[in-house]
Formats: sequence, C-alpha cells, structure tokens
Amino acid sequence: MIEIKKLTKSFGKLKALNNVNLNLAQGECIALIGPNGCGKTTLIKSILGMVLPENGDIIFNGKNIKNDNLYRNEIGYMPQIGRYPENMTIGQIINMIQGIRNQQRDLDVELYNSFGIAKMLDKKMHALSGGTTQKVSATLAFMFPSKVLILDEPTAGLDPIASEILKDKIIEARKKGILVLITSHLLSELENIASQIIFMEDGNLILHKNVEELKSDTGQSSIAKSIIHILKNKVA
Amino acid sequence: MIRVLKYVAIDILKNKIVIAYTIILALFSWSVFSLEDNAAKGILSLLNVILLTVPLVSILFSTIYIYNSNEFIELLVSHPVKRNKIWTALFTGLSLSMVAAYIIGAGIPLLIFADFNIAILMITAGSLLSVIFVAVAFLCSIITRDKAKGIGLSIMLWLYFALLFDGLVLFLFFQFADYPIEKIVVALSALSPIDLFRILVLLKLDVSAMMGFTGAVFQDIFGSTWGLVFSFTLLALWVAIPFLISLRMFNRKDL
Repeated sequence: MIEIKKLTKSFGKLKALNNVNLNLAQGECIALIGPNGCGKTTLIKSILGMVLPENGDIIFNGKNIKNDNLYRNEIGYMPQIGRYPENMTIGQIINMIQGIRNQQRDLDVELYNSFGIAKMLDKKMHALSGGTTQKVSATLAFMFPSKVLILDEPTAGLDPIASEILKDKIIEARKKGILVLITSHLLSELENIASQIIFMEDGNLILHKNVEELKSDTGQSSIAKSIIHILKNKVA
Repeated sequence: MIRVLKYVAIDILKNKIVIAYTIILALFSWSVFSLEDNAAKGILSLLNVILLTVPLVSILFSTIYIYNSNEFIELLVSHPVKRNKIWTALFTGLSLSMVAAYIIGAGIPLLIFADFNIAILMITAGSLLSVIFVAVAFLCSIITRDKAKGIGLSIMLWLYFALLFDGLVLFLFFQFADYPIEKIVVALSALSPIDLFRILVLLKLDVSAMMGFTGAVFQDIFGSTWGLVFSFTLLALWVAIPFLISLRMFNRKDL
C-alpha cells in the first residue's frame, strides 16, 4: 500500500530520517515507536506531503506522491497536537473539511456521536481543552472513507472512556482492511491493537517485524517486554 | 480553489480591522472633499494620506493574517488540496478584501467629488498598490518562520518604500544637481510602487507644470499613453514577482 524508498530528510544538521526503506501492507496495524525525536512524526508528515524529503520516494498505492495531492483523499490523519484556526467553531471546521473534501455523504459519524460532538458544535476552537481538541481530530480522521489511517499519539490527552472508544474504532478499522499507522509511547496500549512494529532511533530504522515474530524472537510475552529486551541487549 | 477561498473570505469579512480601515478611509476622504472647495486640492491631500496608509495597512494586516493562518494552512495541507491553491486562495482573499475596503472607503468619495478620469486612475492605481503590498507581505511572512521577525520585516519595508526611498532619491537629486540625471531619476522611481503611483496622479493633476524641468521629463515619459501602459505594467510586476517568489517558497516549505 505504501512503499518508502531511501527516504532522507534533515533539518539543518539533524538527520530526522536517514535512508529509510519500508513497505507498509494493507490490512496491517503498524505501531511506529521510538524515543522522542527519532523521526516518527517526520516520517508521518512525509507520507502526508507536509514535510518534503530531500531524497527518496514514497509510493502510495502504486503512485509516487511527489506533486500529487489526490492520494490524500484516501488518508485519514490525526495529528499529535491538532492545530485549528482559533476563531472557528467545531461545526465550521467540520463543515469546512467536508466542503474541501467535497464529501457530504457516506460519512462515518460513529465517533461524532459517541464523543458527543453535536453538543459542542458552537464552541470555538481556542476555548477547547487539549482532550476535546483530540476528540475533534479523531472525529475528522475517521469521518471520511479512507484506505489508510495515520494516527500520531491518538490517545494522548484523551480520558479513559474516550480512549477506549477510539481503540475499539481502530481495531474495527483494521478489520475492514484499512492500513493503520499509529505512533504511541504507551507500549501497553498497543498490545491488542498492533500487528506489526516499526522501531526507529535517530532517524534510522532499527526493526520492522510482525508482533508474533518479535515476541517469539525475544522470548517475551508482550510488546513492551520485547522492546525493552531488545534495547537492553543493544546496550550490552 | 474557490472552496478554500470561500472560507478565507468569510473569515476576513468578519475581521474588525478591515471594517475599521474602511470606515477610517471613508471618514477621511469625505471630510477632505467637504473641507476643500477645490477638488484638486482635496485630491492632493487624499493622495498623501493614501500613499501612507494603504501600503501600511495592506502589508501589516496581511503579514499578521498569514501568520495567524498557520493552523489553517496546516489543517488544509493534510487534506487533498494543492499547496498552490491554498496560497493563491489566501492571496486572493486578502487582496480582494483590501481592494474592497479601499474602493468603498476612498473610491466612492473620489467618484463623487473628483474628475472622473482622475478618480478612475486613483481607484485603479490604489487597488494595485493594495495588492502590491499584500504580495510583499506574503514574501515577508514566508521568508521567516518567526512572527515577530516577519512583522518587523514588513514594517521596515513599508518605512523604506513610504519614507526612506524618497529621501534617498532627493539626496541623489541634490548631490548631482549639476548633472542631467532626470532620466536616472525616472528609472529609479520604477523601483518604488508608491512613487510610481504619486507621479501618475500628479501628472494628471496638471501640477507637474510647477515641478520644473524634471516635471517636464516626467510628463514626457509618463504622460503619454505608452507611459501609462508602461507604469501599470511595472505595478503589475510589483504584484507578480513577490507573490510568485513566495509561492515557490511555500511549495517547498516544511509544515
């Protein structure tokens, strides 16, 4: 579904992505993990065309994304920190995105309903708490029919109930055959969701494996323990 | 692009600064023409005010607006919208609102009180001047990510075009008064859209007779139809070049 070839991006002297090669297949739920500043968000933003890499190609569904934007019709994106025009209301934002995507029908309003967005439509974006902003981001990411979901720290800032609703939604999306790319620092949260793990460090790809494979290779019972096992062995 | 433009336009129209700017321009234009019996004198006073305020408001308001639209731009870029279209829609929206404010504020009184030809000239040139400084604002705000630096840069550019440039030309004039530098001064004036506008209007007002030999040279060059076409082409270039550079930079910007 998404093929990344020799992707390189640096910000000044910092190499955010260093010759990264990846193949992300449809129907997988891929967890992107690694320490702060390892290049996760840069990788995601490169796929979305928000960050323009110096070198390398990203092939989305067989087509190079360079100078293309229509492929973004197939992507639902939830940013790490949603930034929205401050004096617009939630309702206006949702209407605007529907207008820009030119899609008023076949909308998935499940999160819209379960997060109770309808009651808050008149609230201005600058008056929202971090968690509510995240709810708006999640609602927008899942609203349009897409083949790929990119979720950057989706549960950060959400209350436990909302976070459970979102997790169920992610699992359901994967069952529908959607490629889900998710970053998180809470390894325990990924336990029941992720089917593959990508581990990055300082812009380098360290590993890309199936969860089952990872567990059996390291002899551990959970994702969290396997990753810690790998990190400890590396130091030693 | 129309779809993006719609949301930009709605947002700007709600903005109180644009409304205040329109009202202040209107108040000033009406009072100038009501106080003076002679419409030509009124135009001269109005010209001086327009040459200071229109560029200042256009460049400052636009720069601040673009920085405040950062979130809007980021939001749109993750959806299927071309970057070109986002930037052009913002530019069109800001330009249209600045031009509308100018035409409602200063254009209507001009049409009522001034000679029709001069009114049309001032409306066209003033609208172009608004758009020029919106374009320069786009360049300022793409050059640096830092809002304070960007606003500083746009104020500096305004100071340069509105005040310093005239000073420099005058300085040259006095230093080389003994030499025939009229043609050079004409060429120099093309480097500032504000001066181009001033020369165009002054020549139409027949006060150029009092500007001596230089005035005659100006009349010779800018007074003809070709001169008019030439100066409007220059003004159009002042819109196109800064905007196209900023568009190029925006297309390559990491968000």
